[in-house]
Amino acid sequence: MAQIQIKNVAKTFGAYQALHSIDLTIADQEFMVLLGASGCGKTTLLRIIAGLESATTGEVWIGERRVDHLPPRDRGIAMVFQNYAVFPHLTVFENIGFGLRMQKMPEAEVKRRVERTATLMHIEQLLKRYSGELSGGQRQRVAVARALAMEPDVILMDEPLSNLDALLRLEMRAELKGVLAESKTTAIYVTHDQVEAMSLADRISVMHQGHIVQSASPIEVYRNPAARFVASFIGNPPMNFLPATPAGGGTWTVAGEHFQGPKTDAAGLDFAIRPEDVTPSETGLPATVRLVEPLGAHLLVTFAVDGHPFRAVLDSERVIQPGERMRLAPQKGRIRWFHPETTQAVS
Amino acid sequence: MNARLLPYVLILPVTVFLCVFFLYPFALVAQQAFAGDGGFGLENFRHVVSDWKFPISLKNTLLLAALVVPVQLALSLLMATMVTRMEKGRDLVLYIWTIPLGISDLAAGLIWLAIFDQSGFLNSMMAGLGVIDRPVSLLNYQHPGIVLAAIALAEIWRATAIMLVILVAGIGLIPKEYYEAAEVFGASPWQRFYKITLPLLRPSLQTALVLRIILAFEVFAVVAALGGTVFPVLMGQTYELQFALNNSAGAAAMALIILGISIGFTLLVLRVLRVPKGARI
Amino acid sequence: MTASPINTAQVRKSGRFLFQASVVLLCAWVLVPIYFLLINTLSSPETVASFPKPFWPEFDLGSLSFFANFAGMLKALKNSIIVASLTMVMAIAFGAPAGYALSRFDFRGKETFRVLILLTRAFPLPLLALPLAVLFIRTGLDDTLFGLALVHTTLAIPFAVLITFSLFSGIPIELEEAAWTLGCTRFTAFTKVVLPLIAPGIAASAIFAFVISWNEVFAAAVLTIENRTLTAFLLQSLGTSPLHLKFAGGFILVVPALVFIFAVRKYLFAMWGIANR
Repeated sequence: MAQIQIKNVAKTFGAYQALHSIDLTIADQEFMVLLGASGCGKTTLLRIIAGLESATTGEVWIGERRVDHLPPRDRGIAMVFQNYAVFPHLTVFENIGFGLRMQKMPEAEVKRRVERTATLMHIEQLLKRYSGELSGGQRQRVAVARALAMEPDVILMDEPLSNLDALLRLEMRAELKGVLAESKTTAIYVTHDQVEAMSLADRISVMHQGHIVQSASPIEVYRNPAARFVASFIGNPPMNFLPATPAGGGTWTVAGEHFQGPKTDAAGLDFAIRPEDVTPSETGLPATVRLVEPLGAHLLVTFAVDGHPFRAVLDSERVIQPGERMRLAPQKGRIRWFHPETTQAVS
Repeated sequence: MNARLLPYVLILPVTVFLCVFFLYPFALVAQQAFAGDGGFGLENFRHVVSDWKFPISLKNTLLLAALVVPVQLALSLLMATMVTRMEKGRDLVLYIWTIPLGISDLAAGLIWLAIFDQSGFLNSMMAGLGVIDRPVSLLNYQHPGIVLAAIALAEIWRATAIMLVILVAGIGLIPKEYYEAAEVFGASPWQRFYKITLPLLRPSLQTALVLRIILAFEVFAVVAALGGTVFPVLMGQTYELQFALNNSAGAAAMALIILGISIGFTLLVLRVLRVPKGARI
Repeated sequence: MTASPINTAQVRKSGRFLFQASVVLLCAWVLVPIYFLLINTLSSPETVASFPKPFWPEFDLGSLSFFANFAGMLKALKNSIIVASLTMVMAIAFGAPAGYALSRFDFRGKETFRVLILLTRAFPLPLLALPLAVLFIRTGLDDTLFGLALVHTTLAIPFAVLITFSLFSGIPIELEEAAWTLGCTRFTAFTKVVLPLIAPGIAASAIFAFVISWNEVFAAAVLTIENRTLTAFLLQSLGTSPLHLKFAGGFILVVPALVFIFAVRKYLFAMWGIANR
């Protein structure tokens, strides 16, 4: 059992508040992704869990133990670093066996475990090489194998794929997912790449300015963003927002059109819809085409709706010219509402 | 160990060491220099400054620095740019050029003594060319210009390497893309040197010059080996005060004067070659 | 706009010739004086004083054996080696931990500490030998090799700190962090990961400290009387000793420099590159 509990963890660097009282529970064997732009505190949080950084306040629990006063080596974790941190003066074998030998494990067992994890990561033929003789992708495999060989309760990964080129990243992503699912360890994975987050995570925690804004399954985060930040951060292109004014009885006016919305007494709301959730139709939001970008499978069209930029993903069969006027009908059930001041979702 | 205390534990030995062997003796020098009959006073300074040899040694030291440092700056810049354009034999050439870095000023003085001495190689060469028919004594009162030249040459020979190393390291930090960009915009090699290398090298130039100027005011053994008493310099006077004249208060005052001059020129260099924050590489 | 291709090729060719000629000339500028010293050293005492000079060595060991037999000279050589070795050990033992602290930690007072170090480097340190002479007499360290080594260590420490600082900074902290997560303490991570990677650089900076002490003249002359080092001995006998003794002594001073610079050549530039910041 290695459930991780983060209780009220905050971190300040001088006057800068990097983390604001974070509470998060990660279930045993869960794959948790911390997602956010650079500087949002995700790496700091990971390093606090690892013990490489100490929290200013708060507690970290791994399994039944409180670990925030323990050094990294006593926390039952293993970590994969962004720049791999493969020891250059050791061979691949010695790298993977490094942690095991530190535990004074019998040499036969070290050999067995190193060979097993090396095979798992498809680097069994590289065991005698030094890191200078490896490609970036191979180094990445060594770094993961070194962490897995420890058979840790928790594996922590800090943007492990960000230094790989696009194709390799795709391949390693799929491989990581399989290997980690099999190893049955709890995983925390830090990334700024939302596609990576979507594809790997059981649950995503979206972070922004030292806060966890939303913690939910990938689909939930995508479909029902808890705050305007999540809506504008996740999805490429992100959600469209338009101001809405109340028309009474839960009806809201958006760009002159009426939509059924939440029954609140707010003076105004933000209407939001994903670009792929609108279709050209006879009725709907009046829109003028500004820019057409063919992306192969579909067209990314930027419109002006009521003076606001508005993007839609349309079928690439259509012929659309800038300046053209059309109406865009939002798909039923896909419209979301946010409060303009609190930026929280309203339902 | 507590991670917050660890850095202090690590710097403690050096700090203690420097306090005992740097700050404390420095305070002693100052105390000794300002000590007079009635406690605190400038008598020691007045005394050493009024010595007839003081103006000459001050003039000599400044003259030597003024002759040597600009030549070294130009030479080390030239050598550093040459090294960066070299492909074959770069390591060998760099090794040869940095050899003097490891050679003491005394040895450098002796090396040039072998050349300028009465039975030295310069005389031999001149005799071989038929300029002179018997050896001439060059390093004496009759030829103050030659003494100065010999000392300046020895200093240039010995201490250009330290500037070279600092500048080569500095040039190595300038990204190649800047030169490529300048070339694309039509800058000639000279313009690239003038508009990119020099400005971006300013921090290194600063270090090199400061270090070199301080060492120039400490010139001592080269002069002792080549000039002897013909060419008195400040550091030599300090040595003489301490040993020949047993006047350690005077020596302390001289030490502070040398320090004052060094600091003055250091500040000047730092000011002239100031690099605004954010304009660094 | 009709520069003929032959012309530019010629210009380039003569430019390259000029370049290579200057390189050769500058190499000669460094090497020839050393060669002259070598000729003098490997000549008989009579030849050294004779005129005109030969331009090649006669491989006579007369001067060197005179040097070796000159009263106190071998002892001075031994003293120089002892002082330089002591300096080397102390400078690294004190300097390296501070270099590590500067590269790995942000701590209150770090800037003050850096300024103290830089101040030491920018200070005519041999001058401090004067008051220390008095202090050493009080503590019984006067005229001892250890006392001189302490002063030389003060000279070498700023370099040791700044050089090891740049060496440690060259080792990504992630390597240490990885070691911590793999079961190392701070100390074992240092010995198992940092030390093997940094050992050659440490050796280079140790050699640098050795050379600083080996070459130092002023403090050595001030602080030693009976136990003179080679530089102090040569300086104090400048007025009285015969030429061949001076040249042989100078040559003995130069030889280690040639070897040491060769040994540390790879590190010279890396050391200064970061130490400048």
